[in-house]
Amino acid sequence: MISPMSDLHIELKASIIEQLNLEDINLDEIENDEPLFGDGLGLDSIDALELIVLLEKDYGIKLNDPQQGKEIFNSINTMAAFIEKNRTK
Amino acid sequence: MNRVFINGIASISAQEDAVVENGNVALYSENNIAALDKNYKSIIAPMMLRRMSKAVKMGLWTSLNALKEAKIEIPQNIIFGTGKGCLQDTEKFLVQMLDSREGLLSPTSFIQSTHNTIGGQIALHLKCNAYNMTYSQNSNSFETAILDAMMKIGSGESENALVGGVEENADIITDFENFDGQLKQEKISNLVLLNSTTSGTIIAESAHAFVFTSKPNKAYAELLDVEIRLNCELENLNSWIFQFLDTYKLTSKDIGFVIMGNNGDARYDNYYKALQDSIFKETPQIAYKHLVGENNSISSYALWLASQIFKLNKISEVFKLNDIDMVNPKYALIYNQYLGKNHSLILLENA
Repeated sequence: MISPMSDLHIELKASIIEQLNLEDINLDEIENDEPLFGDGLGLDSIDALELIVLLEKDYGIKLNDPQQGKEIFNSINTMAAFIEKNRTK
Repeated sequence: MNRVFINGIASISAQEDAVVENGNVALYSENNIAALDKNYKSIIAPMMLRRMSKAVKMGLWTSLNALKEAKIEIPQNIIFGTGKGCLQDTEKFLVQMLDSREGLLSPTSFIQSTHNTIGGQIALHLKCNAYNMTYSQNSNSFETAILDAMMKIGSGESENALVGGVEENADIITDFENFDGQLKQEKISNLVLLNSTTSGTIIAESAHAFVFTSKPNKAYAELLDVEIRLNCELENLNSWIFQFLDTYKLTSKDIGFVIMGNNGDARYDNYYKALQDSIFKETPQIAYKHLVGENNSISSYALWLASQIFKLNKISEVFKLNDIDMVNPKYALIYNQYLGKNHSLILLENA
């Protein structure tokens, strides 16, 4: 179990802001349990592709089943938990 | 054939729009000039804006403003010309490809690197499913877009079209033009560019959008004709223009002002100088590339400028190539070529 304010959470938020060009959003404006897609942060399908690339590039995780994405990319918390469990770097 | 009128216009270039009247020129001494920034956030949602390269932002901003002026919400055609397309995203994914040794690439820059991204993003923003076409034909890209729009409206198939020309610069790819000798090797003030005796020119970003309609409403001008030629020998230039004007029973004496594409490249400005010293010797001559630079769609600035001149019935001294006064011009001719190729003529009538 990782702490809700771990370095990984902060690192993930910073990577998402940079990778998805969310210039107007600060780290503390993204809640750990806030949905990343739809009503939450408002990300879309192109962002999902960017997040898949981010997982592989930064953490060495290759998603083989695209359906997994829905659960993994639900929030910062779900992403961090998945990375913690599956990271190879 | 239906007539074609220019109703809404919008410009982004290296100069403020007001330079046409007040002559307050933005001075540059570099050979690669960025277009002036606009308040894009005022009309484009931040979540859309974050992925847009400058070409897309400029294309959308000018389109929305031209449509607003023409009081048209959804155009029946979206037709754009761009010689270089979305250079910044192209460069981004090529650099990523090299950096990652052909490994993982960011999908966004790849998706948005195509020439028709500009037209596509405009359509997405407007939720417009109409005819959407992008022409990439070197420095005749914008003229080709005009031709398509004129056929759409002239044939009666459509009543209006959003037509534009957009070019952006990118750090590395634009520098290739430097290697190719298209840019001046020395730094030069844009105000003295047209007196230069060296090769090359200055390149700049720009975007222009126009709404063409079949009804005059409060039109800036009527678009009579556009003609393009890949090659034209200098000795055949006058006869080509005579023939072109003769189609409308006009001679060079009927032209109220002529807009020339002089860009300070001593190798090719002789095309313009030949006209300045012969058939248009007694005609008010106007130049613009010393102010807004060169690019593959920059003749769209000339069309925007001609529209403004018809509306204002005056032009600032900084654009003038000779001292002949303009008096209630009825017709205007725009002549452009780049590197001695892709010659174009655009004929306008005051509406």
